[in-house]
Amino acid sequence: MAQEQKHLEVVLDTQVESVNLAEEMCLRVAEAAGFDEEMCYRIGMSVREGVINAFHYGNQERPDKKIHLAMDIDDEKFTIRVMDEGKGFKLKDVPDPLAEENILSTSGRGIFLMRAFMDEFDVVSGRTGGAEIIMSKWLPGSAHAPENGQSSPSSQESPRKDG
Amino acid sequence: MALYATYRDVGEVTVVDMGGRITLGDGSALLRKTVRQLLDDNRTRILINLADVDYIDSSGIGELVHAFTSVHNRQGELKLLHLTKKVKDLLQITKLYTVFDVHTDETVAVKSFR
Repeated sequence: MAQEQKHLEVVLDTQVESVNLAEEMCLRVAEAAGFDEEMCYRIGMSVREGVINAFHYGNQERPDKKIHLAMDIDDEKFTIRVMDEGKGFKLKDVPDPLAEENILSTSGRGIFLMRAFMDEFDVVSGRTGGAEIIMSKWLPGSAHAPENGQSSPSSQESPRKDG
Repeated sequence: MALYATYRDVGEVTVVDMGGRITLGDGSALLRKTVRQLLDDNRTRILINLADVDYIDSSGIGELVHAFTSVHNRQGELKLLHLTKKVKDLLQITKLYTVFDVHTDETVAVKSFR
């Protein structure tokens, strides 16, 4: 049976509490869409990292700026968009956290985790001029989903080292 | 699970028992505060028991790395004990599992300090 298309959009304040709020909202949608516990964990973590990125790097923790969170479900996938009101960034400029010189860095792993945990991931320039993170997870049972519905994070490709 | 961090002495090693989520905000702040307090107290042999920590995000990972380097900068050692599967997986995919000295037995872990 085809999944009913759903769209949900919220505007969050630039504050730490928004990270948990966004995670909780996306987890509810993911659970309702039939994702299992492990997939929900990966989706929840990715949303956290997306919103942390918007909170800290995009909006520079400025309370006058907002974080725009959108969730879409169609027949095939659950797509999450996180947009900030910062200056934007290019993926190729993000340092590889697995590079030897970055291993002991205290930050910079969020993008890596989102890429590892989601099936599709991209960063584009948002309508606010800031960065818009777009990430998707194939729905359980969709044509693209792994047969057993699981994929090990360690089996994911490492983020490419651009630049 | 409620967030907590308590510590106890086992010989010359300070074992920090943590529980809850080590994430952006309270969890990361508690870890930072606890390690800073131990270093201020000249405790530089630290074993962090993460048995009750079932969730860490990138902020928590960053805080663990910060704790690790802070202790090493004081010529001390910081090791990890009883990782849950999710935390172990995260440290493995971020290649930090080999950076930290990770143990599954407290007695063995305590004896491994210099």
